[in-house]
Amino acid sequence: MQVQQLVEYAEGLYHDTTFSVCKDWKEKHGRAAIGYLPIYVPRELIDAAGMLPVGLLGGRGLVEIIRGDAFYQSYICQIPRSTVELALMGRYDFIDGFLFPSTCDVIRNLSGVWKILFPDKYSHYLDVPQNFEKEIGGRFYERELRHILRDLETIAKKKVSDDDLRQSIASYNDNRHAISDLFALRNAEPWRALATESYLMLYAGCLLPVREHTELIRRYIAAVKQADRPMRDNARVIVTGAFCEQPPLGLVRTLELAGCYIVWDDMSIGRRWLQADVSLEGDPIESLSDAFLRHSITTAVKYEPQLDRTVPLRRLVEKNRAEGVVFAAPSFCDPALLEQPMLTQALDRAGIPWTAFKYAENLGQFQVIREQAGTFADSIKLWSEA
Amino acid sequence: MSQDQSKDQSMVKQKEMIANHFAKLSTAKESGRKVVYTFVPGNLTELLHSFDLLAVYPEINALQSGMRRKSGAYVTEAEKFGHSEDVCAYVKSDIGMLKAGNIGPTGERLPPPDLLLLSYTGCFTFMKWFELLKREYDCPVVMLHVPYQGDGTLTPDMRKYVVDQIRRDLIPVLEKISGKSYDEDKVKEHLRRSAQAEDDLVWVLESAKHKPSPIDGYFGGVYYIGPIFTAFRGTQDAIDYYRMLRQEVTERIASGQGPITPDGPMGPEKYRLVVEGPPNWTHFHEFWKMFYDEGAVVVASSYTKVGGTYDLGFRHDPDHPLESLAEYCGGCYTNLNLPSRIDLLCKYMTEYQADGLLINSVKSCNSFSAGQLMMMREVERRTGKPTGFVETDLVDPRYFSAANIKNRLESYLQMIEQKRRGALPDKRLADRGDGVLHLEVLP
Repeated sequence: MQVQQLVEYAEGLYHDTTFSVCKDWKEKHGRAAIGYLPIYVPRELIDAAGMLPVGLLGGRGLVEIIRGDAFYQSYICQIPRSTVELALMGRYDFIDGFLFPSTCDVIRNLSGVWKILFPDKYSHYLDVPQNFEKEIGGRFYERELRHILRDLETIAKKKVSDDDLRQSIASYNDNRHAISDLFALRNAEPWRALATESYLMLYAGCLLPVREHTELIRRYIAAVKQADRPMRDNARVIVTGAFCEQPPLGLVRTLELAGCYIVWDDMSIGRRWLQADVSLEGDPIESLSDAFLRHSITTAVKYEPQLDRTVPLRRLVEKNRAEGVVFAAPSFCDPALLEQPMLTQALDRAGIPWTAFKYAENLGQFQVIREQAGTFADSIKLWSEA
Repeated sequence: MSQDQSKDQSMVKQKEMIANHFAKLSTAKESGRKVVYTFVPGNLTELLHSFDLLAVYPEINALQSGMRRKSGAYVTEAEKFGHSEDVCAYVKSDIGMLKAGNIGPTGERLPPPDLLLLSYTGCFTFMKWFELLKREYDCPVVMLHVPYQGDGTLTPDMRKYVVDQIRRDLIPVLEKISGKSYDEDKVKEHLRRSAQAEDDLVWVLESAKHKPSPIDGYFGGVYYIGPIFTAFRGTQDAIDYYRMLRQEVTERIASGQGPITPDGPMGPEKYRLVVEGPPNWTHFHEFWKMFYDEGAVVVASSYTKVGGTYDLGFRHDPDHPLESLAEYCGGCYTNLNLPSRIDLLCKYMTEYQADGLLINSVKSCNSFSAGQLMMMREVERRTGKPTGFVETDLVDPRYFSAANIKNRLESYLQMIEQKRRGALPDKRLADRGDGVLHLEVLP
């Protein structure tokens, strides 16, 4: 299949706010679907129970917010209101249960709103540990995972064996390899795998079963390697801060059109949360827990017991040979915005150019950002030491 | 008559306690006392006392800066350093204060911390706050992660997780910093004192069930919770303070007096309100005056439970010291899920015979604010009582619009009045299963 066909397919999935591909899967397989909010949930548990994990990333600017605004004050970000809107529109009716991870106060409190609005639907707040010692945070997390697994078994009406879990872990390990390959390609040849397309490929993972998603990514990688695409004199940048409420697709495209090659970003970061394989040996729940403790990606919502928070960003810049950093955070996003000053100060000290702007998922005008990003890219190209 | 003679003795006592504490902090370096910065919700004050450590609470500094009208400049200063206008003003006020020399509320310089104890209870911003402070100070950080009551309960697994962190991670660091060994008997003694003071605090808060209420459970309440939520829990001073306060309130009940306000005893009680959300600190007295000028008394509030839900029966338990501390941390108001918060507010509406619920929604605090509109609808649906909504901020004075707030408050009180006269039928929001909440008139 050609690149264009693959991208069109993924873009179709992206724009379908009715989740038809998920509903088709349910109808075909006669099994349940579990929705989850950003950033990270261990989807292996859902898959192992024979259910479809469905990533819920809010309205992404594709739905008009009418009733959702009545639930949230003006100074709260967009994602909870569009999530409520979609639910009240009935778009989530096909979903049999919801997981709300411990991302921030807003997502956390949304779990309570859900319990009130939809008392007949299963919903659970997933508290991931902020203590990364195996005997403390690890054991707590294992108990939490076993608790969720029992709940999922009840919904699925299926007992999940250790082998079921291992098979799912293997599938997600494979999925992470494919995504890692995609990012490696973006790093090596960003003109081949564009960030907009890469994002669409990742978003497809919100809806498709994991093995199908892995196959899609591999086909995309194979196709773009064969494609004849021009290399432009763009600036290599990292985009950070967009880990929860997603920027509209047009914004990502705008950055690229403005002369940026986005060689790394934290959009849809839950899919890349674990930076190494989950072990297939031993107790699979313990393996998932260990992987969380030892191989979680550094992001604003996760406590870093040892590291200076600015170190991982500087490492990312180095590893990806980035020439600048774009801080793109949703308005009113506490985790992203609170840490931004220390990160920008660290970049200043290291002589790494950066620029910053805020967005909302339903942002419709990109001209100002295009000018800002264009100026930023030009300044890198014209005046950077490189 | 001196200013102090016109005040209740408990107020004078509290003022002395605070002054002594900040005096100890200002001379901590000279006296060799070690200092721990930590947060109010889920604080482990008794444990810190047992190691002879002094506590600093950055939220308290921020709110004090707000009350002293200094926070506006601090917030602006922090924003000059790149902090977004979108984020918590407590953090920005604290950062601004730090940049301005870290002068505390008594005008004395606060010592740098020897430890940042990140009691991570009910607020994600705490984590980012101490990450920012860690860049300013060369000291260790200990994270105490308190799991959220997502399903409305604190499970044994959660308690064990917190106890494990205290025992294995925190206590060794406290021993190292203080140079003292963990002494459980000392902790038990502090916890015993805590429980004694907590009994009197609850008695005082629940005195608002009387008509007229002898206290204001929000604007007055924030003074009453001061000692028990901060550095004084587990001390004889706290026991004495709450005993004194209880005696004063007993006398007010006996004489049929209402709350004492900054302008003296409040006039006749006309409205009894429950308030959800933190107060505004930059215009605290102006805000309060809007209420007492109208004869509105706050009989119960959620904010006075942010450092512990003692009125739900919790007491620190000397027989189970670490387990009791874990239980305390998990039970703080913002660590409760929204259904539990709604249950609590509805309980207050009934038990305190309130006329309605007013939400003060603060821009800074998503932990409180996200979901408040849902809570408001739900409380109205369940109680049939009118609810109102005003917006301010914690310590950013730019978000206090006096005319707008006064207008809203007066309209809300008029709504209560109309309802009393039967001009407004009882209504509730009903879920008919079609995804839309309908306003129904109650029979």
